[in-house]
Order: sequence, then C-alpha cells, then structure tokens
Amino acid sequence: MDGYFITNSLLLFFLIVTAVSVAVSRDLLFAIVMLGVFSLLMAALYLVMGAADVAITEAAVGAGISTVLLICAVTLTGREEKPARGNNIVPLLLVVATGAALIYATMDMPHFGDLAAPIHLHVAPYYIENTEKEIGIPNMVTAVLASYRGYDTLGETTVIFTAAMSVLLLLGNGVNRKKTEGK
Amino acid sequence: MTGHTVLITITRFLIPFLLMFGFYVQLHGEYSPGGGFQAGVIVAAAFILHGMIFGLNKTRAVLPLSWLKLLAALGVLIYGGVGVVTLLLGGRYLDYSVLSSNPVAGQQLGIMLIEAGVGITVFAVMLTIYYVFAGRDEA
Repeated sequence: MDGYFITNSLLLFFLIVTAVSVAVSRDLLFAIVMLGVFSLLMAALYLVMGAADVAITEAAVGAGISTVLLICAVTLTGREEKPARGNNIVPLLLVVATGAALIYATMDMPHFGDLAAPIHLHVAPYYIENTEKEIGIPNMVTAVLASYRGYDTLGETTVIFTAAMSVLLLLGNGVNRKKTEGK
Repeated sequence: MTGHTVLITITRFLIPFLLMFGFYVQLHGEYSPGGGFQAGVIVAAAFILHGMIFGLNKTRAVLPLSWLKLLAALGVLIYGGVGVVTLLLGGRYLDYSVLSSNPVAGQQLGIMLIEAGVGITVFAVMLTIYYVFAGRDEA
C-alpha cells in the first residue's frame, strides 16, 4: 500500500462518485459543476501519471472553458432536465455490455510503464535520444508536438479554427437581432 | 454586476495575473509543461472572467469580434507561413532547420513561431465561442 496506490484509489473513487452524480442528477447546473470537478480530478490523475502538459490542458479546458460554455448553454435551455420517458432496461444492458467488453479488452494491455510495451519501442526511443541533439530544448513533449509532429499540430490548429468559423456561421455574430431591432 | 463588491475587486486583482501567467506558459513551453494551447486557453479565460463580471458589452468594447476573427486566421497564417518560408529557403515544408545558419537554433526559432501562432488562434477561438454563446438571449 504505497503512496501511489492510495492516491490513485482516492482519485478514481471520487471520479466514479462524480460521474454517477452527473448521470443521476436532474438539476443541470449541479451536473455541470460536477463535470468541472470530474475534469479537475482527471487533471490530477494525468499529473500522477506524469503527463504534465495534458494535465494543464485538461484543467484549463475541461474545468474552465467547458464549464463556462455549458453554463451559457443551460441559461438558454433551462435548469431542469425533463423526466426520461420509456423503459431504461435496454440502454442499461447495452451500456453494461459495452463496459464489460472494454474492461475485458484492457486485461490484454501491458502494465503501465512497462519497458517492453510496443509503444516504447517504436519512435519514442528516437525522440528521447535525439531531442537534445537536434532541437536542444528540455521539454520533449513540445519538441514532439511542434517539430517532429508539426503536421499534426497544423491540422489541430486548422480544425479548431474551423470550429470557431462553424459556430459563427451557425449561431450568427452573437448579437441577438431582437435586441437591435427594438432600438 | 452591481453590489458584488467582492467579486469585482477580486477580478480586478486576478485578471493581470491570469494574463501574465498565460504569457509565461506560452513563452516557457520549451522548458516546462505548457505551450500554445494551454496559454491560449488561460488568456481566453482571463477575458471570459472580465466578460462575466463586468458585462459582455464592456469586453466586446475592449476586443471586438471582428478583431477576434482576424486573430484566429492570423494564427493559422503564421503557422502555415513558417512552413512556406522554410520551403522558400530551400528546405522541406515545416523543416525548421533551414531558418537559421545553426540547425538547432533554427529548430528553436521555428518552434517559438508556431507556438505563437497556435496560442493566438486558440485564444481567439475560445473567446469567439464564448462571445457567441453568451451574447444570445435567455430562454
């Protein structure tokens, strides 16, 4: 029972509690706040696993921006979730079956941090050995993101730009016409 | 937000620190965890906080939507432009080594430029989406 086990168990336990409370709650504002807590716990888990860049991004985007945008959306739709109609048994069985299949699939995965895992034998050794020589910056994640995998980041940036343009096209310029026509 | 003196005062203190931290994360992306995405989101969060506390109209007066559209496109332009510049200098597309006489310095210069582009675009996109969502009438 070392420190890692206790930390991971606590974080995962609260993750499950938060997720269940999101699904069960009918008050949407409460659910949104719980989603923010979920993102914060995920950021802590990423940090425990050693992925600091991902943790910062998850905390900023998930616990920050996403929560704000969801609250903006809920002011438009209303705070109470309509009661679910119909039988819930078939969806429940479907979700349980999918979850069981996923858990069964993870039994085949290599242990966390296993040196012989295929992901550590392909291009990762090249990046680790050559970042200092070829690029010279200490943060290997940025080196991979910006230099070795520069095309992917270009695609990411273009996609997020397209998302903004789509929002502008779908929802207009954000100035409601009712307000301006009344003047 | 009249009457919320605590919120207004705290926000006045917090926004400069948020902006400074965002720029810090942007510029230290090569040395510590961080980079363009994270910095763009943090700076956007500062502006969103300003919009929530002082009213969206004041934030739109500081930074209009037309500027944001320009900034979003500018970021992608910077990124793609770096690739074109390396093409014109004789290397392959996005091969930063040709940007300077020392290949390692060229790589670092290239990374700095594209991270700036990514940061600008992400900031503009997050703030645009917030403007559009928050500008709509309530149900």
